[in-house]
Order: sequence, then C-alpha cells, then structure tokens
Amino acid sequence: MLENAFLIPFYPLFAFVIIVFFTRWKEKLSSYLSIGMILIGLVHSIGVLIQMIARHGEPLEMSIPFINLPELQLELGTWIDPLTAVMLVVVAVVSSCVQIYSLGYMHGDPRWSRYFSYLSLFTFSMLGLVIANNFFMIFIFWELVGLTSYLLIGFWFEKKSASDAGKKAFITTRIGDLGFIVGLLMLGLYAGTFNYQEVFGIVKSGTLSPAILATAGIFIFCGAVGKSAQFPLHVWLPDAMEGPTPVSALIHAATMVAAGVYLVARAMPLFSASATASMVVAIIGLITSFMAATIALTQFDIKRVLAYSTVSQLGYMIMALGLYGVDTYHHHHSPGFYAGTFHLMTHAFFKALLFLGAGSVIHAVHSNDIRDMGGLYGKMKITAITFVVASLSIAGIFPLSGFWSKDEIVAATSGHPIFMFFTLAIAFMTAFYMFRLCFLTFTGKPRDQHKFDHAHESPKSMTVPLMVLGFLSVFAGWVGLPWLSHGFSSFVFHGEAYHAHANYLLMLISTVVAVSGIGLAYAMYYKKAISPDTIVAKFKPIYTLLYNKYYFDELYEAAVIQPLMGFSRVLWWFDANIVDGLVNLTGWLTVKWADIKMWFDKWVVDGAVNGIGYVCMFFSWLFRYIQSGSFQFYALVVILAAIEILMFRVSLLTFYILLAGVIIMALLRLALKNNRSGRMKAEPNIEA
Amino acid sequence: MEFVSNFFSDVASQPVFYLLSLALILCALMVVTLKNIFHCAIFLILALFTVAGLYILLHAEFLAAVQVLIYVGAVSVLMIFAIMLTSQISSKVIKQSNEQSTVAFVAAFFFLIASQLALWKTKWNIGEVELPEKNILSLGKLLMTDYVLPFEVVSILLLAALIGAVVLARREGS
Amino acid sequence: MGHYIALAGVLFAIGIFGVLTRRNAIGILMSLELMFNAANINFVAFNKYIASSSGTLTGQIFAIFIVVVAAAEAVVGLAIVLLIYRNWKGIDVDRINIMKW
Repeated sequence: MLENAFLIPFYPLFAFVIIVFFTRWKEKLSSYLSIGMILIGLVHSIGVLIQMIARHGEPLEMSIPFINLPELQLELGTWIDPLTAVMLVVVAVVSSCVQIYSLGYMHGDPRWSRYFSYLSLFTFSMLGLVIANNFFMIFIFWELVGLTSYLLIGFWFEKKSASDAGKKAFITTRIGDLGFIVGLLMLGLYAGTFNYQEVFGIVKSGTLSPAILATAGIFIFCGAVGKSAQFPLHVWLPDAMEGPTPVSALIHAATMVAAGVYLVARAMPLFSASATASMVVAIIGLITSFMAATIALTQFDIKRVLAYSTVSQLGYMIMALGLYGVDTYHHHHSPGFYAGTFHLMTHAFFKALLFLGAGSVIHAVHSNDIRDMGGLYGKMKITAITFVVASLSIAGIFPLSGFWSKDEIVAATSGHPIFMFFTLAIAFMTAFYMFRLCFLTFTGKPRDQHKFDHAHESPKSMTVPLMVLGFLSVFAGWVGLPWLSHGFSSFVFHGEAYHAHANYLLMLISTVVAVSGIGLAYAMYYKKAISPDTIVAKFKPIYTLLYNKYYFDELYEAAVIQPLMGFSRVLWWFDANIVDGLVNLTGWLTVKWADIKMWFDKWVVDGAVNGIGYVCMFFSWLFRYIQSGSFQFYALVVILAAIEILMFRVSLLTFYILLAGVIIMALLRLALKNNRSGRMKAEPNIEA
Repeated sequence: MEFVSNFFSDVASQPVFYLLSLALILCALMVVTLKNIFHCAIFLILALFTVAGLYILLHAEFLAAVQVLIYVGAVSVLMIFAIMLTSQISSKVIKQSNEQSTVAFVAAFFFLIASQLALWKTKWNIGEVELPEKNILSLGKLLMTDYVLPFEVVSILLLAALIGAVVLARREGS
Repeated sequence: MGHYIALAGVLFAIGIFGVLTRRNAIGILMSLELMFNAANINFVAFNKYIASSSGTLTGQIFAIFIVVVAAAEAVVGLAIVLLIYRNWKGIDVDRINIMKW
C-alpha cells in the first residue's frame, strides 16, 4: 500500500483522461467513473494512513530522476510522512463527498461531463501536491491546482461575473506564485537542490545566512499568501463564490486553500530557522483572520459569509504555524504546528459541510441572499441539523472537533498576549456571525413567502454527504484529545512530538467566548431583543467600511489595474503612432526619394544628354558654313592644311602663327558669311 | 648647302633647261588664267610637250615618249572632246576665276614657299647615279620583275576606270 | 637638282592656283594635270640625282605609274563632268553646291 502511494493521484487522473477523450457524451458514465476513481483513491489513502500509523510515523521517500543534466537535476518523487497521509485522507474524503453531492446539485447541467473531468483533474493536482517530495514538483502541482481552480470557478462562464472571478482567482494566486518561484529558486540556488530533506538538512546545518533564510522563507510564504487567500491577496476568494457550490466546498473550504497551509507546514524547518520569516507569517495570519472576521459580520450572501469565514480560519492556521516557528526558533515548546495542522483537518470537514449545506439551501430557495430566507428548519431538517452542527464546531463548542483544534490554536498564542487577545476576539466574532447565519436562515418567519413555498429538502445524493461530513465534524477531532498519549500530536509533528496537555483554563476561556458569541447572535436574531439596525446606525462608518470589505477591491482597481491599463494604452499609442508612424514615414520618404530621383533623372541625366545635343547644335550652327558645297573651297582648305603641315617640318614658330592665323581667319570668315547668308536654308542652292 | 654647288656642275646649267622651263611656266600660267577653255587646252598640250623635253634632259627617254603618247595623245584629246561636248558655255565670256582668287593666290604662294623650304632643308643623299644606257630595256625588266605587282594592279585600275567611264557617260535607257 | 625642284614647285603652285580658281570643271582638271606633271618632274629629278638603295630607276618607274593613274583619273573625271553637264546643263562649279548645308 505504502510503496504504491504514488498511484493515488493517478486514479482521478485516469478518470480525467477517460472522461475527456472517451465518455464525454455519456454523462452518467462520466460521473460514475469519476466517483468510482476517487473512492478507490480514498480506500488507498486510508490504507496508507493505517500503514503509516503502524509504522509509527516513519516516513518513506521514493523518487525517479526527471531531468539529469550536470547543471540541473530535477526529480519526481513521493514523500509519505504522517502529515502527507493525513492530508491524503482529508482530500480524498472531502473530494468524494463533494463529487457525490454534485450528482444532485449539478443535475441537468449541460456540461456535466466537463464538470466531473475538472473535479477529477483538481483532485489529481491536489493529491500530487501533498505527496511531492521536492519543491519543484510541488510547484508543478501548485500551478495545476491554480489552473483547475480557474476552470472550476469560471465553470458557468456565460455569466460575466463568473468568468471574471475565475480570472481574478488565477491572476491573484499567480502573483503569490511569483514570490513562491523566487523563494524556490533561492532555495535551489543556495541549497543546490530542491529535495525537501536535503534542503532542510542544509538549513538545519546553519550554513546559510539568516538573511537568506528569512528572504527565502518570506518568498515561499508568498505562495501560501496567494493560494490561501491571506492578506493582501485575499480578494479572489469571495469572488470565487461565483462557481458552483460543491466547487466552493472542495476548493475553497477544504483543499486548495489548505495547500498554502500545507506548504508552510511542510517547509517548517525553514521557517523555524528564521524568526523573521515566522513572525511575518504569524502577523499576516493574524491580520487576515481579524480582517476577514470583521467583514463576515456584515455580509448578506451565505456563501460570502462562509468565504470570509474560510479566510479567517486559514489566518488562524497560518498564524499558529508562524507562532510555532517563532517559538521554536527561540527554543520554546509550542503547540503551533500541531494546532495548525490539526485545525486544517477539522476545518476541512466542517467547512465543507457548511458549504454543502449552504448549497443545499441555495438549491432549495434559488437564492444566495439570506434576506430571502427564514424559517427553513421545517422544510429542510437534515440540512439544518448538519449545518447547525458544523456551526457549533466552528464556533468551538465542546465536545465537537472544532473545539479541540481551536483550543490548541489559542494555546499556541500563549506567550504572545496581543495575538491571544485578537485570537479570542476573532473566536467571538466567528461564533457570532456563524449563528447569525443559522438563525437568519433556518429560524423565524420566512422573509420571502414565494421562495419559502418552493423550498424542499435536497435529494439523497446531497444529504448523504452532509451526514457523513457531519459525523466527521463531530468525531474526527477526537484524535486530538489532549488526554491521548498517542494522539494526533504524537503522530503529526515537527522536530519532536508535542505532548499536549489539557489546559483547563484556556478551555474555559474559549468556551465562554464562544458561548457569548452565540448568545449575542441569539439575542439579536432569534429573540430580536437587540435590533441589528440600531447597531448599524450607531456604528455607521465602521459598518460601511466592513460592508464594503475595507474597499480592497476598489483599492486594487485604482492602484494596480488602472495604471496597468493606462500603461497598456500608452504602449498602444506608441505602437499605433510611433511604430506605424515610422513605417508610414519610411513609405513617405521612399516616395519622396523617388521624386528626387525622378527630378535628377529628368533634369540632370536627361539634361546632360540634351546638353550635348545643344552643344552640338551650337557648334554646328557655328561651323555649318564650312560646308559651302563649293569644291574649290574644300580644296583651298586642303592646301592650307598642307602648308600648315609643311610648316611643321620647316619651322615650328611659323607653324603656330599660321595655325592661329588660320583659325582666326576661318572664324572671321565664317562669321561674316554667317551674317550675310543668314540662318538655315532648307533648299539646296542649285540653278538649273 | 653643299648640294647647291652640285647642280651647278650639271646638265641643268645648260640653257636648254632654262628655255624649256620658261616655256613650261608660261604655258602653265596661260592654262590657269585664260578665259577661253579651248585656248587653255592648247596651252596645256604645249606644257606637256615641254615636260617631255625636260624628261629627255633627265635621261628618262622612255618616260618622255610615254608622256607624249599618253598625256598629249590621249588625255589632252580627251579633254578637248569634253570641251567640245560641253561647249555651250565656252562661247560666252564668263569670268573664269571665282571669288576666292585672292586667297588662292596667297595660298599657292605660301604653299610654294613652304614646300620649297621643306625640300631645301632636307638633306638629300646627292650622289653620282649610274643610269643604265638602255633605258627602255631596263625599265621593261624592272616592270616585269620587281614591279610586276603594281603593274598588274594598275592594269586592273585602268580596266575599272574604263568601265566606270563607260557606265557613267552612257545615255539614259540605252 | 635644285633647279628641277624649284621648277616643279612653281609648276605645282601654279597648278594649285588653277584648281582653286578656275570656274570651269574641265579647267580644274587641266590644272590638276599640271600638278601631276610637276610631281613627275620631281620624281625623275630625284631618280637622276639621288642614289637610292632600292634600285636605279625607281623614280622613273614611279613616274610611269603616276602617268597611268593620272590618265585613269582624268578619264573618270571627264565622264563625271559630262554627266554633270547633262543634268545641269552647265559646268560652272560655283553652281554645283548641293552639298551645301
């Protein structure tokens, strides 16, 4: 089982390939194939987990070389350790539940096969991500997860908001991935390898400078910031609710966003070697968590509330891991790692349940807005009960699983008072907004009678996964009971096992906080003792800020998008005017050059030729009269020439004088004759 | 000028030479200036006769005979024939010299001077020439041996002239 | 020898004067004959007084040939004159100037 763990991602990949190439038009077959494959994967994952438990957590690594050049060696391989095994099971379980749920939810959708193919591809990517054994490979799957999330969020791409949301998700996570690549390359450069164990070995040996460790850590964290929707790259997650609800459950509750947390957990040796990086991680986590919780207080869309809740809970996990890094750096024991990973597991279950439940409600009421709902308990008992159970879990009520994990997170903040204060405040808010959601949706009078009448319980395919997840939300956390000697903390650990001990004070405080949150929600929304509207009116400016999500989208739009668009407009102007202008200029210059050459040809070249003609004509006009037609004149000229030649023999001086004299006399005579006899005479002068 | 002294010792100093040359010059002048062409022809014949005499003085007997036969006998007669045939204007009294007479005189005069200067400046190889006693015999031999090619060519030339003259002078259509 | 050369020269000059002056075409031909004879006298005089490496009678041979050629030329010239007379009814060379420009 364990040695074949690398097969696990290939089950959904196989489903993807078959659906895409062969069974696209056989919808039922596509979905059954996909579900079948993931169930096989689930079984295999459970087998791997059991074997890992039996081995007491001893890891296994297998790899094959991918690129083997002197300058670059890349490998593909698997690294199975307890964290991997747990993640495999979590991903497989949630994915199976979501796929079965989708049978009911997506009923009648024209692109059924495509949906299941995407789900399979996503599952393949996620499974591959968790079993990767080197940074390069995890990056490959990281990108694949990003791609599939784009495809799934924008699944109903006819809606502009959906396709925009897909783009937004992809681009925003891409920005985080840019940091990830930088961190990746830094590690590769300084450590000489991408393999986890080798890198961590080099990091532990302390040969790298703190600055490099901190920088590499922060950059790798950037990837997590993007994928897990931390501040400031959180803006895509709420918009991603445009996708189908099962997709939201799978991607944004349980798996893809967990990839960031998984990455931080996996790279913990790097973070625990650098207090700076870890503190950055913790602070970002805290800010995110607090910010998202405050926004969730004001939203009216079920899925938005849940989305912000996800962001907040992820912030919890990131913060816990960051604090663990800080504490470990200073050689304190901290439950942070155990808390973060444990919460990751429990959160996956109850958040997926919440989303699927919300999907069930939406399916029944055909609206996302809770202002349209109310009193649905009577109509959708299973949905309501499981939803409330999940809400109790997330609020952290004993003895549900969420209680245990949340408690550990609070425990992780001990030693950092500010963090603890805010964590408790966030816990309060979490409880409050979750139960606000519950009360407004399921209790009270229906606000929209028309929708209420149409509401009905969802089909079995949707309610069964709800129940499965509900069961897990209650009991899955029991592996982390602090009284267990071989609990979760002994299994999934970093460095050395953390032996959790029960801190009753903390448990009491967190329970009180949670109950008071529920109580407030009860008072406001069930009993209607305190009116929400008065509170809104009292805190109007704060309310507006929260309601508009701190204006993050508008900020990004103005600061980033508009300048980019402006820049692209500048470039377009450049291209259209200058580049094209140059081309046109060249054409115009060529024409002008042709004109110049024509002028030259006409006036200079032809002029020269014509000029020769004119010169000839001039001289002929001058010398024409030599042709007098009179033979005796010719003979005279001959005799004169003969004399001339003789003089050359006799005396050169006379020669020259005679020459000059002859020429002058000839010209004079010609000139005189010219004047006397006038210009050209056409007729020959013959008298018969 | 050493050759100048040479010729004074020769037959050229004989008075016959001076007589003949004077006659020649006078006849020539008559030829070029008389208005009546017929008279010119007569004087030409006289001139040619005197030239023949000069040839005899120069020990060129055959040439003198040739001169008389051909020039006087044939060419002059031919000229007289031509004069007769074109005699319509010979009766008129027309000024025989054209408008460039002055210039022609000057040109001829200068040509005379130029040619004489050129000739007298040249250093001729004056020496005693042994002329053969039998002039005709020697000439005949030479014509048939050394100069046979020009001889043949000249005969063809005469043929061409003959044919040419006949072609030129025949009447239209005959 | 100088006498002969002077004589020939004078004769030649007279001939030139005649060629350039005479109006009648036949007059020109007669002057031309004079010029030929002047050249002949020169040749024969050279033959008598100048020792030549190419034979003793070269000058006279040359003179014979000149006589022949002159005769041929006179024949052709007179034939042309007859033609001119026939066509233009006059042999005044002043009027024969079709070759004028």
